[in-house]
Amino acid sequence: MINKIWAFFIIIGILYGFLTGNIDLINKEIINSAKTALDMFLTIFPIIVLWVGIMAIAKESGLLDKLAKMLSPLLTFLFPEIPKNHESFGFISSNIIVNIFGLGSAATPFGLKAMKSLQELNQKKDTASRSMITFLVMNTSGLSIVPTTVISLRMLHGSSNPTEVILPIILATTAATVFGLIMDRIVAKIKR
Amino acid sequence: MNLVNLSTLIIPFLVALIVIYAIYKKINVYDVFISGAKDGIEMGISIFPYLLAMIVAINVLLKSHIIEDFLVLLKPVLSCIKIPMPVIPMAIMRPISGSSTLILMNDIYVNYGVDSFLGKLASTIQGSTDTTIYILTLYFGFVGIKKIKYAMWVGLFADLVGVIASILVVSWLF
Repeated sequence: MINKIWAFFIIIGILYGFLTGNIDLINKEIINSAKTALDMFLTIFPIIVLWVGIMAIAKESGLLDKLAKMLSPLLTFLFPEIPKNHESFGFISSNIIVNIFGLGSAATPFGLKAMKSLQELNQKKDTASRSMITFLVMNTSGLSIVPTTVISLRMLHGSSNPTEVILPIILATTAATVFGLIMDRIVAKIKR
Repeated sequence: MNLVNLSTLIIPFLVALIVIYAIYKKINVYDVFISGAKDGIEMGISIFPYLLAMIVAINVLLKSHIIEDFLVLLKPVLSCIKIPMPVIPMAIMRPISGSSTLILMNDIYVNYGVDSFLGKLASTIQGSTDTTIYILTLYFGFVGIKKIKYAMWVGLFADLVGVIASILVVSWLF
């Protein structure tokens, strides 16, 4: 799937650019975007290293397990295939917590750690497991109660009340997450 | 204390909590941090190829302007449904590219005002959805998953629900 999307983006982009006479722009973009990717990497790389280090402390001290225990009723319901007390629950809960508080940058390392431990449970190593898909749906639906980026941009634009969008955001993101998870359940049942 | 101030407190508080609890449990915090961070270096470096691949493909597609041209074609169809036109490009870009969605939201703030109906709607769409395609490629790529099954469809469905819910909620509240 990712294979096809990637090829589709590149082929359609280059072909359409060529046909509309924008091939110059595309030519520049191919080289520039490699640089863009590096800039982005340099922004997130130190943050990943930092949070993986901090997370190691939380795991070693048992804090991560404590967090997982607190959220365990919810997690065992959402992820019926993960065995009780598996370490992935700790990573999944920390990912959920940082997402909810709008710490997007910290969500990536926690999320990657969670994916790695879910992959250990996965039977077919090249195919997404049901738990992985559920976990990703939670991430892509953008669950958050403190949308930091939006609020700071609204402040920058001189909004008279930058935080008044918090309530609608909470309602809309909750709807997206709940319906996303329901859809995930239904499709998982059908495709089994 | 408003929520913005609160969010600047979260990270320092979280780090302090983690370190204090670990010291209480007699953990050698510095050593554990270093060995964890070494693990993080490996993890960080291994995501670069996925990041690079996706950014090149997305930017090539964006610079060809095919999405804008496609939207112009769709305009008559979309204006029949009651969706506020200016947020449609945002809704379509949202799962593909986080940075271009922010640029589009910025344009809406500048053209219609940050406190206008459209400004609030754009903020809500931005805050209630995420860059699904980017997250899928990065997370699945990192652990070597090639067959992602129905993950993308369900992820995009959640984004669609987020956009529709944003329109409903903002119309209802403001």
